Amino acid sequence: MYQEADRNRCFRRRLLLLGGLQVALFGGLAARLWQLQLRDGVTYQLLADENRISQRLTVPPRGVIVDRRGRPLAINAPTYRVRVVREQAGDLRGVLEALAEIVPLDARRIEEVLQLAKLHRPFVPITVREDLSWDEVARIAVRSPDLPGILLDSGLLRQYPHGAVTAHVVGYVGPVAKAERESDPDPLLKLPDFRVGKTGIERAYDRELRGRAGFSRVEVNVIGREIREIDRNDGEEGADLQLSIDLDLQTYCMERLADQEAAAAVVLEVATGAVLALASVPTYDPGAFAGGLSAALWRQLADDPRHPLVNKCIRGQYPPGSTFKMVTALAALEAGLVTPASEVFCPGFMSLGNARFHCWKPHGHGRISLVQALAQSCDVYFYELARRVGIDALAAMARRFGFGETLGIDLPGEKPGLMPDSRWKRERLGQPWQKGETLVCGIGQGFVSATPLQLAVMTARLCNGGRAVHPWIVRGPHAHVSEGKGVPPVSLGVSPANLEFVLKGMYEVVNGPRGTAKASALPIPGVLMAGKTGTSQVRRISKAERATGAHKRKDRPREERDHALFVGYAPHDRPRYAVAVVIEHGESGAKAAAPVARDIMVEALRLEPGTTPPAPRRLDLAERR
Amino acid sequence: MGTPALDRATPPSAGEKLARIAWPLVALVLLLGLVGYALLYSAAGGSHTPWAFRHGIRLVVMTGLAVAIALIDIKKLFRLAYPTYGLIVLLLVAVEIVGEINKGAQRWIDLGFVQLQPSELMKLALVLALARYFHAAYLEEVRRPLFLLPPFLMILLPVALVLKQPDLGTAGMLGMVGTAMLFLGGMAIWKFLAAGALAGAALPIAWAHLHDYQRQRVATFLDPESDPLGAGYHIIQSKIAIGSGGLWGRGYLQGSQAQLSFLPEKHTDFAFTMLAEEAGFVGALAVLALILAITLAGMAVALRAQSHFARLLAAGVTCNFALYAIINVAMVTGLIPVVGVPLPLVSYGGTAMLTVMLGLGLLLNAQVNRDTSIPRFPADF
Repeated sequence: MYQEADRNRCFRRRLLLLGGLQVALFGGLAARLWQLQLRDGVTYQLLADENRISQRLTVPPRGVIVDRRGRPLAINAPTYRVRVVREQAGDLRGVLEALAEIVPLDARRIEEVLQLAKLHRPFVPITVREDLSWDEVARIAVRSPDLPGILLDSGLLRQYPHGAVTAHVVGYVGPVAKAERESDPDPLLKLPDFRVGKTGIERAYDRELRGRAGFSRVEVNVIGREIREIDRNDGEEGADLQLSIDLDLQTYCMERLADQEAAAAVVLEVATGAVLALASVPTYDPGAFAGGLSAALWRQLADDPRHPLVNKCIRGQYPPGSTFKMVTALAALEAGLVTPASEVFCPGFMSLGNARFHCWKPHGHGRISLVQALAQSCDVYFYELARRVGIDALAAMARRFGFGETLGIDLPGEKPGLMPDSRWKRERLGQPWQKGETLVCGIGQGFVSATPLQLAVMTARLCNGGRAVHPWIVRGPHAHVSEGKGVPPVSLGVSPANLEFVLKGMYEVVNGPRGTAKASALPIPGVLMAGKTGTSQVRRISKAERATGAHKRKDRPREERDHALFVGYAPHDRPRYAVAVVIEHGESGAKAAAPVARDIMVEALRLEPGTTPPAPRRLDLAERR
Repeated sequence: MGTPALDRATPPSAGEKLARIAWPLVALVLLLGLVGYALLYSAAGGSHTPWAFRHGIRLVVMTGLAVAIALIDIKKLFRLAYPTYGLIVLLLVAVEIVGEINKGAQRWIDLGFVQLQPSELMKLALVLALARYFHAAYLEEVRRPLFLLPPFLMILLPVALVLKQPDLGTAGMLGMVGTAMLFLGGMAIWKFLAAGALAGAALPIAWAHLHDYQRQRVATFLDPESDPLGAGYHIIQSKIAIGSGGLWGRGYLQGSQAQLSFLPEKHTDFAFTMLAEEAGFVGALAVLALILAITLAGMAVALRAQSHFARLLAAGVTCNFALYAIINVAMVTGLIPVVGVPLPLVSYGGTAMLTVMLGLGLLLNAQVNRDTSIPRFPADF
């Protein structure tokens, strides 16, 4: 029994200890209440009474975006706005309706403001209207005694001086979406009329452009006058960004493409990867988004079959067609399967099993070798090269030149295109690779697709001595792409001699007597452009159509017409600029795309936007001939 | 206690049991519930809806439930202790699997009419199971490390499951209630010190496993001013509200912090803040005193009970109640991080009230059966 008594004693002792501990803890809580309520009560009373103005966020001005010569592309323009504080307004709806009698304010906006006011704390000012005229400001100011809670102040409104011309590059800002507010803890996003980048550079560099919020805490007296500032933190202004884009060249490209239904053009500086122009038509007015877009206009933009909102330079994926032939040539040369002197006989088609693969030229090119095959764009020659190389080696070479994966340009939404190989087909389609598909891929058709940006990058990598440049837009310390910070690109490890043979072919395309783009040679004496045309099929040509020539008829529906492509660089002896032009359903690379590319190149050479001196080429076959 | 001691051989009748219930203790609990009613009325800006009325209904229904539990044969409770614990562990596992995502944490089983939160019920189940375990244990046995292994596992299993949900506040409370039970069960003091040292060493590891929002809470607690409009907002506003109450408070329905919505969650976790703002130091202290009185009354029941099971049970549920209050008040006054523990019977919310009222039922049961003896190893179990 003594065990029982022992245990009882221990339990009682410990229960009393525990009880004592609890009493002590409650005593501690009482002491804390004494501290907060009695000792510091006066301070807290003051803070409570003036709570709504004791803490204030200061919004940093958003960074300005300028082109490579410092011309503004996105700025903050001062604007007068009218705001309302729910807590001071009392009857919020009544105040807003009274305001609507003084300045134009539609009923829908009133409902929006009422909704917004519910989402925010009662002392947060909600913007009712921006961009007030001076006349409207005066009218509101005169009536302000009748409008409790209404504030007039000046704010900053994002403006795009060149609007539609730079829309796809610069992008635009818009109200913070719910998902953005939830995923990003930045207190700025909780402000009712804060704007964040929605697309383009505005989106990609939103953090840098936004800056960091400052806050000030102000002690105030009973009537709301500031007595002293307790402390403040200025935050950080948004960073200004300088782009690689040349506004003049960009404007020219947009104008030159303006009469096309849908097209894209990219101009790169070949040594650095700097994007000098990124033109996509049709375009849209980013200013319409800043002030809130009407639902009708949004539907119209989103449903347009020519996709004005899509930046086709980085999001349009097209079969590259004959512009891909340089890759096929290099794959074969590097593998040692052909020499520049090797000849292939082109009777106008190539047979493989039961299938017949046609050259664009019905009766063929006869005996032909590398340079002339490129110059005249002989399909059979490249079928043969692709057959020898095989799809996997071809795909590997294509990837080295930027096909099949995103290039990491500092814009949101870049597409990777597609460079298929046997593994891809097995995994994605569950089927073995067919030899005929290799042939078709060899001339940039079939599964192969690429963005205009990828075509321009391929061209730059071909003519800059085989260095793996990556495209970039923002230069300087904030750049996301290392080339934008001045890091030089690394070598692709392709034999310079083989590159030279391919460039020689591209030279002949424009300047040779039988080149497909000889009509688009540069009109500048002593300055030569090299390039490659491409006319890529949108759909398969049936036997019957080939027999009747229906596939070339002019009255086909637009969406069945071939895409027109051209890639090129200049000057040929010291390449500085690469250009890629894609004209959707433009029918002929030589007739539709090449002249556009030529004009853009002339303008680029006239403006000389590049800043990096070009490296002289080591070998020049054109001169050694 | 005016009623005569009952014959230990025959269990008391229901009428006798009702007569033995400590009605003054029930009255104190109801008084605290009424304070909650008044506060919820004020939190709604002077309205019985949406909170106060439902709070009152729950209070009445659950008081009935507590009295009903008080009338159960204590031996039945003893018998059901382990099965109950096992069932709740299963439910904890079940929420882990099927639980709905609610505020980023899986805590509920939706039964349609009520959201069942097993982690809350676990607090009581743990007390029951540990009380049963230590009922049979003399001190010599408790000194054996191997004997202490089962109760340790009984505590750690639910703590781990609740942490995973993740619910820091409830896991902490489970750990503390379990520790209190070990202490009362007679575990040697030096073992507590050793375990404490071990836990201290494990802190960095625990930190690595915390969710981002939990780390954020700890960081904000350490320096709320660093983020005055973000995560630190709750605690800064709460302190301003409490402090501005002063000695007599700003008056019922007059607290500007609460009434103008500077104060978040004023009807749930921050109800005490609102009390302190509107009723001042005097009112807040009165409610603290009320809670302390209930706690001490519970302790008295534990002191008086005959069987070890009954007194461990009484002490355990009392500790649970006191912990709720201490953690909540420490949280809203900025002494500890915001962990989401409500003030029992005052904050709006059914689950916490259910736990506390079921606990009250167990306490009253121990009180009614204060003279009932339970053999160390009952033959019929």
